[in-house]
Amino acid sequence: MCTTCGCGEGETRIEGEDPHGHEHEHVHADGTRHVHSHSHDGGDSHDHAHGHAHAHGHAYTPAHSHAPGMAKSRMVQIEQDILAKNNAYARQNRENFAKRGVFALNLVSSPGSGKTTLLVKTIETLAGRKPVAVIEGDQQTSNDAERIRATGAKAVQINTGKGCHLDAHMVGHALEKLPLADDSLLMIENVGNLVCPAAFDLGEAHKVVILSVTEGEDKPLKYPDMFAAAQLMLLNKCDLLPYLSFDVDAAIACARRVNPAIEVIRTSATSGEGMAEWLAWIEKGAAAARG
Amino acid sequence: MHEMSIAEGVLQLIEDAAEREGFKAVKTIWVEIGRLSGVEAEALAFCFDAVTRGSIAEGATFEIVPVPGRGLCHECGEETELEAVYDACSHCGAVPVEVIGGTEMRVKELEVD
Repeated sequence: MCTTCGCGEGETRIEGEDPHGHEHEHVHADGTRHVHSHSHDGGDSHDHAHGHAHAHGHAYTPAHSHAPGMAKSRMVQIEQDILAKNNAYARQNRENFAKRGVFALNLVSSPGSGKTTLLVKTIETLAGRKPVAVIEGDQQTSNDAERIRATGAKAVQINTGKGCHLDAHMVGHALEKLPLADDSLLMIENVGNLVCPAAFDLGEAHKVVILSVTEGEDKPLKYPDMFAAAQLMLLNKCDLLPYLSFDVDAAIACARRVNPAIEVIRTSATSGEGMAEWLAWIEKGAAAARG
Repeated sequence: MHEMSIAEGVLQLIEDAAEREGFKAVKTIWVEIGRLSGVEAEALAFCFDAVTRGSIAEGATFEIVPVPGRGLCHECGEETELEAVYDACSHCGAVPVEVIGGTEMRVKELEVD
């Protein structure tokens, strides 16, 4: 991992970036800028070359020198949020979106909830009405980004390697590869995981959690953090309800127990159920993003 | 396993502090982990050991300061302790209870050389 900015996490790959070397500039929340280049020497050995250009001066505490055997422990107060760094990158992403009226959604669910299929259907329905760009997060493969690109929408795949979630820094890098149109819609499809992505703000306007009716009604209680963090729950694959014993009301009650304010739309990419309502929800949010 | 990312975040804060404060080794670190933060304290301690190998914090004692979940019941107006975000008010049994504490993840303090 790059110890200056925390980027890399070892195995993250962003489509379109040379896996053996990249250079980028970061602007931190405090106005600090640094530029650095990575060169990855295959396999496990990493060779990092950093060049930093700081826009402001740091006040460094002079180095202490202790005589051998005289070193004394001291206490240092930190009092800092562990996610502060991620949150600073998220703020940067959010500001970028706001400047251009981009409405960004972070789609989260367990693997297999039908996120990508729903996304493809959404893009097809929005065709000609609104430009859509997609960031796809998966541990491996660019299959999902390819499915999205087949619709004509722009998409960039992030492979997190062993990572279980996207973070705001990865999304910031992906945005360098993904030109966003003004007043467009950005869909970030997170890694299929109902636990970890809940903690990481990516700069989105809202998290949208997708629960498919082939899962358990009590999933919101089993994985409460994600449902607590989401603004909207899409109850997906509703065309399958006649063949299942899934209790829709019970699932909604579980979600509202965790998050009383959560909105719910029943959807099916196959039958088209709920698509109009889902698109209206997007339009409303996008209008708010345009200000 | 986002505990690994969280542990990397902790190390980052330590390294930033080392640059600021000019210390060379960390002996103990105190981290506040809220009951409702979504982080498993044991897993975090394990990951911290792994990510700090070869760093300024190698071998440091990782002290977790647990912070209980706290909620405010809008039904009876009382504060109540929460084990999970969907727990009912311990006084009147009402749901939902507004979460007002226990979601934090903070590096509090370091003992350094």
